[in-house]
Amino acid sequence: MTENAIEAHGLVKRYGDKRALDGVDLDVARGAVCALLGPNGAGKTTAVRVLTTLTAPDAGTATVAGHDIARDPVSVRRSLGLAAQDATVDGLLTGHENLTMIGELHHLGRKVARERANALLEQFSLTDARDKLARDFSGGMRRRLDLAATLVARPEILFLDEPTTGLDPRARNDLWDVLDQLVAQGSTILLTTQYLEEADRLADDIVVVDHGRVIARGDSRALKRQVGGDQLHVVVADGADLDAVAEIVARIAGVAPTVDAGARSVSAPAEGGVAAIAELAHALTEAQIRVEDLGLSQPTLDDAFLTLTGTPAPVSGDAEPEPQPDDETEIVEQTR
Amino acid sequence: MTSTFMSDTWVIARRGLKHMRRQPEALSDATIQPVMFVLLFAFVFGGAIAVPGGGSYKEFLMGGIFAQTIVFGAFGVAMSLSADRNNGAIDRFHSLPIPRASVLAGHSVANLIRALLPIAFMTATGFVVGWRIHSGFLDVLGAYGLMLGFSFAIIWIGVLLGSLVSTPEAVQGVAFIAIFPITFIASTFVPTSTLPGVLKTIAEWNPTSSLANSLRHLFGNPGGIAPPGSVWPIAHPIAYTLIWAVGIIVVCAPLAVLQYQRSIKS
Repeated sequence: MTENAIEAHGLVKRYGDKRALDGVDLDVARGAVCALLGPNGAGKTTAVRVLTTLTAPDAGTATVAGHDIARDPVSVRRSLGLAAQDATVDGLLTGHENLTMIGELHHLGRKVARERANALLEQFSLTDARDKLARDFSGGMRRRLDLAATLVARPEILFLDEPTTGLDPRARNDLWDVLDQLVAQGSTILLTTQYLEEADRLADDIVVVDHGRVIARGDSRALKRQVGGDQLHVVVADGADLDAVAEIVARIAGVAPTVDAGARSVSAPAEGGVAAIAELAHALTEAQIRVEDLGLSQPTLDDAFLTLTGTPAPVSGDAEPEPQPDDETEIVEQTR
Repeated sequence: MTSTFMSDTWVIARRGLKHMRRQPEALSDATIQPVMFVLLFAFVFGGAIAVPGGGSYKEFLMGGIFAQTIVFGAFGVAMSLSADRNNGAIDRFHSLPIPRASVLAGHSVANLIRALLPIAFMTATGFVVGWRIHSGFLDVLGAYGLMLGFSFAIIWIGVLLGSLVSTPEAVQGVAFIAIFPITFIASTFVPTSTLPGVLKTIAEWNPTSSLANSLRHLFGNPGGIAPPGSVWPIAHPIAYTLIWAVGIIVVCAPLAVLQYQRSIKS
């Protein structure tokens, strides 16, 4: 048994002459939550499909829960739960039937499968929908049912492929709460997302992928730091004070600040962190300048994303229709 | 692993049967449609079609409609399989610790059971409109056995179709262009002897004809005895039908499994 729940080395997957995965290495520690972050077509879904044995890599090796994906796929499948990108619950089965079927196919026996189904429906606030056909579920309910289905056999590792894509903000928050619970219970989770705030909120480790390659990894603070350090940021009430403020900021930061007259703001990199902001506040008070906003800001993950991938971060928070997984490789080509 | 094959297959087959129950539109293909065909042909066209050698057209008709419905059975499998390929269900099954063959086997079992439904419905409708069986118990058993056997063969055509074609809509298109004519250029509704030139030859060698004629023969219905001088398939309908059934299974089943595996690989 290896230390890590997931270990992958040099995974390559080609579709035609496109490389959906182009040498991906990945380590996810037991009990950790790892987010694969990247735009559409980055190879996130392909990575999940390879690690869950749905498709074989063209090169590279991986172990999941200590089992080799190529040599022992059945043990791999026994130890994982997969929630695929488009919530593959069975619309013509009820909530309870969906979960029972998965339990039976995990060979829990019909009785245990039914009991687990009931318990999970309760845990995911789906008891009212127990005997409703899943095709009549809302998007959020489908996702919750899908998530419940991955938990039926109490797997060691969960693979969640874009678990909140297509959900409205409220349903997304609900699902995040559910995921928080799972994390608290110590599940190992590999999730993919296009949403920076989702990766930021849920994951310990963020692996940024683009064009089938890992282009950055670390926790969100480290990723932000890769883009640049903290920024001092002052917004004044009166535009006439801008020059005076710029002078003060320049003195404290030691470099010429950026002045945005339209936003009445002055900003500069701050080496000193919190000490610098205290000094700045003191100086501004002494100069009797009315300040609307004063702060130390980290670059957002969006900034990090933009810097790392060279493409703007996808807009988060709305319910955009999600392209089918099949489209993914095409998008790779388009963006090249 | 192998020990779970049967039970996993049955779990997936039960799911397929639930699907059928909950999709009235799909179920109507297997129930209302054949019943409608029986009624339409028996009462609307029946009067205008003469059965060679005499006898009731309604009795002639039944063998044909049984055969047509069985051939249409390819449809149901193909539809459910391509739907599953499209909605991610196959992926979900394949992420589970089950023998992958049980997914296909489950589909087949569900569809074989589904094939029994129209046969039962038509039997009942036939009796209502005046169809009668004029043969012994063993012949009747043979007739229903032949229907079941041919249904099984047809399922593999459905699996092949469902794995080749990308969407359920495309399945419908292929079925309309390919399967529909096959069941009409045959002795389904009219005796082959009434067809012109090339169509007659096609109809004579069409297994739908031989299946229909076999059933007529086994039920003791008109059209069940070949006129002297008929081509071999018409003269030996049961043997010809069995050859086709075995042929379809031997050729299509491996092809279907291969194509299915290819379709789910990437």
